[in-house]
Amino acid sequence: MSLATSVPRAARHSSIWSTRAAPALAGPRLRILHEQARLKSTQPAYEGHIPLNTFEAGFLAVGSALMSLANPRRGDMVAALGDVTSGPVLPRLRDAMLESPEGRRILKGRPRVNSSTVDMNKLALLPEGTFGRAYVTWLERCGVTPDTREPVHYVDDPELAYVLLRYRECHDFYHCICNLPVNVESELALKFFEFANLGLPMAGFAAAFGHLRLTSAKRQRLFSEFVPWAVKCGSSAKSLITVHWEERWNQNVDELKRELGIWDPPEARWSRPLSEAKAATEKRQKAAEAQLTGQS
Amino acid sequence: MFASNIARRACRTNRPFRHCRFNHNQPTPNQNQESSRATHFGFQTVPEEQKESLVKNVFDSVASSYDLMNDAMSLGIHRLWKDELVSLLKPGARGPQKCIDVAGGTGDIALRILDHARERYADRETAVDVVDINGEMLREGFKRFKKTMYHNTPQIAFQEANAQALPTERFPDNTYDLYTIAFGIRNCTSIPDVLKEAHRVLKPGGTFACLEFSRVNNPLLSTVYDQYSFSIIPLLGTILAGDRASYQYLVESIRNFPPQPEFAQMIVDAGFTTGGMFEGKGGAWRDLTFGVAAIHTGVKV
Repeated sequence: MSLATSVPRAARHSSIWSTRAAPALAGPRLRILHEQARLKSTQPAYEGHIPLNTFEAGFLAVGSALMSLANPRRGDMVAALGDVTSGPVLPRLRDAMLESPEGRRILKGRPRVNSSTVDMNKLALLPEGTFGRAYVTWLERCGVTPDTREPVHYVDDPELAYVLLRYRECHDFYHCICNLPVNVESELALKFFEFANLGLPMAGFAAAFGHLRLTSAKRQRLFSEFVPWAVKCGSSAKSLITVHWEERWNQNVDELKRELGIWDPPEARWSRPLSEAKAATEKRQKAAEAQLTGQS
Repeated sequence: MFASNIARRACRTNRPFRHCRFNHNQPTPNQNQESSRATHFGFQTVPEEQKESLVKNVFDSVASSYDLMNDAMSLGIHRLWKDELVSLLKPGARGPQKCIDVAGGTGDIALRILDHARERYADRETAVDVVDINGEMLREGFKRFKKTMYHNTPQIAFQEANAQALPTERFPDNTYDLYTIAFGIRNCTSIPDVLKEAHRVLKPGGTFACLEFSRVNNPLLSTVYDQYSFSIIPLLGTILAGDRASYQYLVESIRNFPPQPEFAQMIVDAGFTTGGMFEGKGGAWRDLTFGVAAIHTGVKV
């Protein structure tokens, strides 16, 4: 069962410490006995769920933290660390979502954000000044696409797993609404912002340890200019996890920022100029229009 | 760590068997009407034809980190086990020997055999044929041997072949003095076929030796061992190799392997002469580390 369709509360079976039966048993019964030897229910609550007991979770937390520091390209290790450490904060985020009608719509519909659900061509057709248009322009400027993120594995409750997955997938929207590129110092600034706004421990770790890899000049700029912005803006803004971004494609971007309580950070270092990105978006718009008129 | 573009691309998971999900709450999958023979793949039951390709996928994905994973999982003890195997066999003691190391992809045993013969007996004629069904593993072995003095000598050769059906032109009957298979036989679909082929290619008087994970009989130790296997090893696979499923399979395949007396009987049934059905000196097998691993030996008469 996928995250989108599983029941809100997982049926948890209590694990029984049973004595090992004769090894002559084959197949699934043998697995169940050995899984009980692990002191953990083996029934996955959703697709991709890997139940862990406390010791294993601790082991994975330490191991994934070391691995993420040693090899930052291991995105799955960063995700695993996020999964394992987010425990206490996710219910708070879920409750924040339940408090607003918009958040409740997200929890009910469980929308996903990836290349198949976000149609960049359709968004390019939107008028200048809308959030959807701004998002496509941002994607073009940074040279990224809404890729599939590492799914959630180690959170036991399917609803909380969805909340964490939603956070991961909306990360690019936060980039766009805060007007930040994808280089290291901007990512760190955004992590400070996310930590102030959402309180996720993983964002905190990234913020606390990530700057060690920066040059001192960049670190100086980060802490003198970006961090004050991130903390002020993040803590006063509306909780971004409750925002149903897909309903707001047509909304005016400045109005959206005012509604959420976000203002622009100090000027960041972009890899491409805005004019180039806008031109690319216009090209995409023309291609999409041509395709539409060609079809009709 | 900062969602760099490369990390985003790398987020795509690379599971070796996307088509074959480990459904914990699902009983055995629907079996093909035509294929009636099923075998085990870890704790799953799969049709026989599928096991080979499933195992191939596992080893394709673990090949590059195989040695690192072995060290992590056995805490380096696997080196001692392999040393013990080779010192038991004493290759080169009675003159140069033709050896075949099956499922020996990364070349651990082959290298030890050649070094033992060279260092103890000044033997540079002993030769080893390394055979493995998986090309990736053989590639790793070839790379390792390039760093040694045996590269480009007649002492070492690599061949991709199926242990259950060694091609007769390349591996004729009665050719080898020593047949070793270390940590490979549990991955084979049909153990009796492997033993039959071993019996075929060995010369009369040749030795068969198998090093494999086995049954820990001490109940306290086996509890600890189980905890370790099922908790830590898949996590180490996730952390070090980014691949939980392959290591889950490896751990499950150990549990499915027949215990020492049963396996010893299978060796006898294949036509070998072994020691008595007991453990230790003069017996058909020797336990290593309380039975975590075991060396089974037999002689073709």
